Amino acid sequence: MRIPPKITQAIAVTILGTATFLTVAILIFIIGFVLSKGLPGVNAEFLFSAPKDMGRAGGIFTTLVGTLLLPLLAVSIALPLGVGTAVYLCEYTRETQLTRALRFGTDCLAGIPSIIFGLFGFIFFVVMLKMGWCLLSGGLTLAIMVLPTIIRTSEEAIRSVPNPYREVSFSLGATRWETVLKVVLPNALPGIVTGVMLAIGRSIGETAAVIFTAGSSLRMPSSVFDSVRTMSVHFYILATEGISDEKAYATAAVLILSVLLVNLAAYGMMHRFISRRAK
Amino acid sequence: MRLNGEKIVKYSLMLVAFSALASLLLIAVFILKEGVPFMIKVGLKDFLLSSHWDPQVGKFGIYPMIIASLYVTLGAMLIGAPLGVAGAIFLNEFVPKPVMRVIKPTIELLAGIPSVVFGFLGVMVLAPMIRSTMGGPGLSVLAAAVILGIMVLPTVISISTDAIAAVPNSYREGALALGATRWQSVHMVIIKAARSGIIASIILAMGRALGETMAVIMVAGNTVKIPQSVTDPVRTLTANIALEMNNATGLAREALFATGVVLFVVIMILNAIALSAIKNKVRKK
Repeated sequence: MRIPPKITQAIAVTILGTATFLTVAILIFIIGFVLSKGLPGVNAEFLFSAPKDMGRAGGIFTTLVGTLLLPLLAVSIALPLGVGTAVYLCEYTRETQLTRALRFGTDCLAGIPSIIFGLFGFIFFVVMLKMGWCLLSGGLTLAIMVLPTIIRTSEEAIRSVPNPYREVSFSLGATRWETVLKVVLPNALPGIVTGVMLAIGRSIGETAAVIFTAGSSLRMPSSVFDSVRTMSVHFYILATEGISDEKAYATAAVLILSVLLVNLAAYGMMHRFISRRAK
Repeated sequence: MRLNGEKIVKYSLMLVAFSALASLLLIAVFILKEGVPFMIKVGLKDFLLSSHWDPQVGKFGIYPMIIASLYVTLGAMLIGAPLGVAGAIFLNEFVPKPVMRVIKPTIELLAGIPSVVFGFLGVMVLAPMIRSTMGGPGLSVLAAAVILGIMVLPTVISISTDAIAAVPNSYREGALALGATRWQSVHMVIIKAARSGIIASIILAMGRALGETMAVIMVAGNTVKIPQSVTDPVRTLTANIALEMNNATGLAREALFATGVVLFVVIMILNAIALSAIKNKVRKK
């Protein structure tokens, strides 16, 4: 006997709806669980005092500094390269065999797992260039890792700048580069900033690529040649070496909150960008 | 003079545009350079198909790790693919637009949660649950598969959603005008039209799951052994690299790079398949 279409429809909607609900519920559970267990341990003293006794006591201040410096360094290296690439692809060339190869390179780079970045950063920056485990090795490795994100979002942002803007600029006698600098990039800025925020968010949460390149020293870094420990690495060490569950939860809470805030800012920026374009 | 400046700008931008491709090649060259000579020295058969892993006595068989990565990744897909594709269909076809605009970014936030946090939740919540209901140590193939299945959800949902949203509205209207219910229009028309995008999302997610390291180290148990059941602990290829990296030197370190080569090659193939599935789709339109 055939089941009436109305009933299969009802069954399908129920199953699909449950699956969607489950996904959202898992997300809320993960965030809620970590925050409820971790936030009670977070206070000004935890944030602003250095870890003591391998992290068993004290706070997370040095790892907070590492988490701030490393993504900033990575993005300041990747940003000019990424935006430059996007400007070249969008403004200076047509679709050719070459641009297709460049795009393919970007897409492939985006798919490489972070442990491979870690292996590469270790053998290239740490060992071969003799830089050792340091802020700079980690920053360069992360810069390569977030490059595809920055290229893609910048490309999208630049393409969404309406063509009449460029035409007006050219008709006023501006060269291509002047048009890029004074018309295209300012109008694409919110989109580019979105990419930067997403890249920072990813760098904050990264562990595998960081632990093999930036090391895990708990000392305060005084130059880019010093090793640092980021919050993610600190959390990983606290959790896996059984140092302190309480401190691990508190660190995880700060880590999740930082990533969520950065990502929310990115989405907010993207939303404003899209709604302004729609007008 | 001014025109000359323009030329300089153009060529410097062109140079910059090679940064991603150049980085990719640099990574490939260095991983291969460290790993391939080792494979030749030890012999591909003793490396890939032997189950004896003991770097201290010079035994470097990664067969158990290959099997472990395979099981964990396929397990993750069994959980993540249906859940993610169902979510994508539901959000696109059965939910009002404003609701979707809230839920989709929320799910994409899931992608931002660091993998170490997923791993930690696996250890604190999932593993004890598995231990008490199914026996075994808790840290297991199953725990890793569930955690990875959850971790790949945003990838599956976001790429599938884009593929489904790209199906022209006239397809939907045509199906509905013929008297189909919403669900009939979805499973007879829309899924077929969005097929290549949905498949691409699943293959990309497979690459993610296969390459994930930190979460897997925390929940998989890391025993080098071919698992007999889903509650057995395993060590994946990625975990093998990360766990031994810190104290490996000489031949043992080369073995880890060779493990990296296997991972790199498999993931590149998966990505190439996914990318060409997406590209074909674009060309057809």
